Amino acid sequence: MTDENATKPETAEADVKGLTRAQIRRMKRFDNPWQNPKLIWGLSMLLGIIALGVVGRMLWDTDMVFTGSGIPRQGPVGVENLRGQVGTWAHPLGTDVTGKDILALLIVGAPNSLYVGMLASLIGMSIGIFLGFSAGFIRGRLDDVIRVGSDVMITIPPLLILVVFQAAYGDISLTVMAILIACFVWQSPTRLIRAQVLSMRESGYVQMARLSGASTWHIMFREMLPNLVPYLFGSFIANVTTSIVTAVGLEVLGLGPQRVPTLGRVIYDAINSGALIQNLWWWWGIPTLLLAVMFIGLLLVNLGLDEVSNPRLRRL
Amino acid sequence: MGRIPLSYLTNRVFTLFLTVFVAATLIWIIPRLSPIDPIDVMLGRMAAGGGTIENSEAILQQLRESFGLDQPLIVQYFLYIVNSFTLDFGLSTASFPTPVSSMIGYALPWTLGLMFISLIITFVIGNLLGALMVWEHTPRLWKVAIPAAMVFTSIPPILSGLLLMYVFSTQLRWLPLSGPYGLNVEPGWTFAFINSVLYHGFLPAMSIVVVTFGFWALGMRGLMITVQGEDYTTLAKAKGLKPRYILYRYMIRNAILPQITAFALKIGLLVAGQVLVERIFAYPGMGKLLYDAILTQDYPVIQGVSFVIILMTAIAVFLVDLIYPLIDPRIRHGG
Repeated sequence: MTDENATKPETAEADVKGLTRAQIRRMKRFDNPWQNPKLIWGLSMLLGIIALGVVGRMLWDTDMVFTGSGIPRQGPVGVENLRGQVGTWAHPLGTDVTGKDILALLIVGAPNSLYVGMLASLIGMSIGIFLGFSAGFIRGRLDDVIRVGSDVMITIPPLLILVVFQAAYGDISLTVMAILIACFVWQSPTRLIRAQVLSMRESGYVQMARLSGASTWHIMFREMLPNLVPYLFGSFIANVTTSIVTAVGLEVLGLGPQRVPTLGRVIYDAINSGALIQNLWWWWGIPTLLLAVMFIGLLLVNLGLDEVSNPRLRRL
Repeated sequence: MGRIPLSYLTNRVFTLFLTVFVAATLIWIIPRLSPIDPIDVMLGRMAAGGGTIENSEAILQQLRESFGLDQPLIVQYFLYIVNSFTLDFGLSTASFPTPVSSMIGYALPWTLGLMFISLIITFVIGNLLGALMVWEHTPRLWKVAIPAAMVFTSIPPILSGLLLMYVFSTQLRWLPLSGPYGLNVEPGWTFAFINSVLYHGFLPAMSIVVVTFGFWALGMRGLMITVQGEDYTTLAKAKGLKPRYILYRYMIRNAILPQITAFALKIGLLVAGQVLVERIFAYPGMGKLLYDAILTQDYPVIQGVSFVIILMTAIAVFLVDLIYPLIDPRIRHGG
């Protein structure tokens, strides 16, 4: 400690409370729950992937996703392949067995995976909000139907029904795949919201609203929904993960969109062409790592949101 | 031990049947709406293999009859539902007169074996690590390492499978790349065969374990925090029992029960993940069967495999729902 530090006003304040400056910074940070390190890290990972898609399209030629854009089986910069060719800056992440540029595949494919996940989850969430509120608030026969329906559907693994669908129909677009996945991710938000609505409907402010003659619609969406926002966010992110896992699973089985590059499709091609044995690690490894970053980012956002909405989980 | 009320039981049985019924119906309807005719696909394959086909009209008619496609749709549907519930899925179109049920019968033990082993390993490791995250006597290094390892929780097992395969099979060459057992052993109940199966099954099981243990660990952590504050834990400490004894006999034993219900929520995703792991490791289970069927557009096999996996999942959920009140008397059924 030098004298300079001691004279600064912040430390003087710190001494009064008997806390170090680091502790004060920490206290301040935790005062604002949204400045959660997990949330920030997770969001920056996801934003990084979106940035790869946006900035990549401007700086890199995405036409190189097509066959024969470069020399086949070329390694990333400075990496020698089995034929002794050293990778160049023309294809910084190397090429696959048909000469597609891996970087271009990532730039086009990664946002596609995220898009499918977000869209499927958004549709599933909307269905879940609607059904959950209807079941929990209106009750009666409708509640029974929705409850049994979600119990039944939550057991069925979406991947298998979608495999049957895609095997029968062949090629589909990204949006159709997202809508299909959405048919299987509405159950958990429905159950979650139903349970919350059931516990909230007898609370004071809801009864107050009912007594003042507010419409059912108003109570459901203006009074109760805002209180569910943290749960909804958590459920949304969890569903994005499930949707992307399902989408990647379909793509790795060789189903899913055939003409649009997706990360799962790249991995499928790599496994099918024996990339593991030929030691073409950049071909399957880089998309795998990018997907891993995407999933870790989603997990961190989810954990961060948990801590934001549930202060007991925060550690000081 | 609590007794299960009849109303609860009928409720669960009803849900089980409805689940299987809905799944079977979806699996039946979806291909019927498709413009692709499986018989055309099969005939195309025959044409590609043998050049010209004589009497193609008669063959077509014969095939339609053998698959029951000449019946009215409603009859087909009822026959299908009855057959599905008796596990008769007809004949495979790709390897033609083989019944689908015998193909599934061969693949099922591999899938179940891999699933049980990986589930048990994950459950033990996950719950132990979750408990150690909360326990006050855990070494500091572990307290840092466990949460760091949990980052892998969200990754689907196919990605971890690829990475592990690369490191341990192609680079280090410690473990075999694919297949259920070595080429030099005869299947049978011999030591060499079982050894070979375990050696080949290690990597697929590990690729599932490394990405699923975190789910159990997170759940266990939450439950342990609750148990830690209970009076009986404090009393056990006050009595001067050894910390390790308190951990196993007082804390984990009480915290672990609700974890069993988590099975019901997770099992669908686990099954789907394992299907993909089998596909990359060329493990001869349901996943590989499904993948091969997709490649050859073998609809009866695709339907059969999907149905059996959904049936297994539904039964597992049903059993968890049923067993849970028996082992945890604190749970009362509302009916």
